[in-house]
Amino acid sequence: MPDAPCAGQPNEATAAPESSGGGRFVFRADVLDADDLRRAHTRIAHEIVERNHGADRLVLIGLYTRGTAIAQRLRAAIESFEGVSIPIGALDVAFYRDDIALRSVQPLGPTEVPVDISGRTVILVDDVLFTGRTVRAALDALTELGRPIAVQLAVLVDRGHRELPIRADFVGKNLPTKRAEDVRVRLAETDGGTDGIELWGPADDSGTDGGPDAGAGEVDA
Amino acid sequence: MRHLLSIDDLGRAGIDEVCDLAESFLQVTQREIPKVPALRGKTVASVFYEDSTRTRLSFETAAKRLSADTMTFSVSTSSVKKGESLRDTVQTIEAMGVDAMVVRHPSAGAPHRVSMWVDAAVVNAGDGRHEHPTQALLDVFTIRRHRGRELDGARVAIVGDVRRSRVARSGAKALAALGAHVTLVGPPTMLPESLDGWPATSVCDLDAVLGDLDVIYLLRIQHERRDAMHFPSLREYTTRYGLTIERAARLAPDTLVMHPGPMNRGVEIAPEVAEGPASVITEQVANGVAIRMAVLYSILGSGTLMSGAGGSGSLGTGAVVV
Repeated sequence: MPDAPCAGQPNEATAAPESSGGGRFVFRADVLDADDLRRAHTRIAHEIVERNHGADRLVLIGLYTRGTAIAQRLRAAIESFEGVSIPIGALDVAFYRDDIALRSVQPLGPTEVPVDISGRTVILVDDVLFTGRTVRAALDALTELGRPIAVQLAVLVDRGHRELPIRADFVGKNLPTKRAEDVRVRLAETDGGTDGIELWGPADDSGTDGGPDAGAGEVDA
Repeated sequence: MRHLLSIDDLGRAGIDEVCDLAESFLQVTQREIPKVPALRGKTVASVFYEDSTRTRLSFETAAKRLSADTMTFSVSTSSVKKGESLRDTVQTIEAMGVDAMVVRHPSAGAPHRVSMWVDAAVVNAGDGRHEHPTQALLDVFTIRRHRGRELDGARVAIVGDVRRSRVARSGAKALAALGAHVTLVGPPTMLPESLDGWPATSVCDLDAVLGDLDVIYLLRIQHERRDAMHFPSLREYTTRYGLTIERAARLAPDTLVMHPGPMNRGVEIAPEVAEGPASVITEQVANGVAIRMAVLYSILGSGTLMSGAGGSGSLGTGAVVV
């Protein structure tokens, strides 16, 4: 693995490009700093409550690894201004992925959903929305836990390049990226240090990596 | 490494990895829908040249809970009766399109031979007196779940016909790889003639080690085989090596009592002890499904695991295909 400043488990968003480049990755830009992230969390929390006309019947379910930490933060925020307690869960989607035969897919943590999700609105929470395949797997995993009224998706960064008809309901930041680039999320709970999101790219990238990646930058906001 | 033929294929890191994975699968098996789609489209064949209930059912349950398809071959209802060779049989089964074969055979080394004849992944489900690696893995996993992840320094006695036991051989290797101290216990006719290749010590007197154990592992006495009677009578065996109520009372309070099944109640273990609070025998069965899910998943799904004793380092290299 390259010298990533974000320790811990690589998420889906980082796993593919790191190995396809083959070369070193270099820092490109700061995307969000700790203050930006705090504001994004607060805004998303408000949007969730607004969209659902309150916090009744909600359950927040974070996807391992960083989604679980983000879900905790969203819950704390919603509870602070709504004064109600919201159930929270964690979901591991490893065994539901469609690339099990293509790369090593290991579980990242135990699935723990303390309530029956049937009859509730599930807010799925993850850090980066990229191809949409993790979310697809999560939807399958949820189906086996019950039949929610609705499932909504909250992410800190939407970096585009969807491979499936999936979109986010709540987005911290829409970030146009190239496919070979890497969005690195650092959260105090999972990675240590201070919060931050950075954009990294291949060191030898002269913009000629060709294929469908070239000229990327469009984001379906 | 695509097959699981011996505990030696795994090493310490590999054993830890399978057990960690089994922890996730144990959780899956406890859900309302105890099934995940991980191996959808794969086919697992059980090829059993010896009778077995629990191992075959355990593997087939594991495959089904991973959404793989299963087929069963048992020698009693097959063309082997017509004289078909092992090689022809497994190549015929493979031609029907299987991704993995779970092989049990009375001859040591048969699964290894099969792995050279077929492209499918091969899992050894017991070969002669040689090895039974998934039994060893589920035993280690069961001990870990009670004692914590580290088995360094754990004192384990394996009692019975050790010399002829594939369970004992694989178990001793797995336990020793994790740093446990293994003592083989039995009459001289049942202990290995030489401890070469056995990472263990041996004693003939069970009572001498009884009070100083973290685990007592009782092997099944195969009394249905007359040639397997290496002691004067069952009663004499029970008197000297059976885990009777009296002996069980002298175990340390947290000693685990284990048995691979099927039990001869009243021979190697008293019924009251088998059902007592120290016994984890039914847990072993439940854990067996989770361990076999982990093995099948590692071999057929995400294959970095069996990369040898190192067990790590290749994470993510397969991602290029994406």
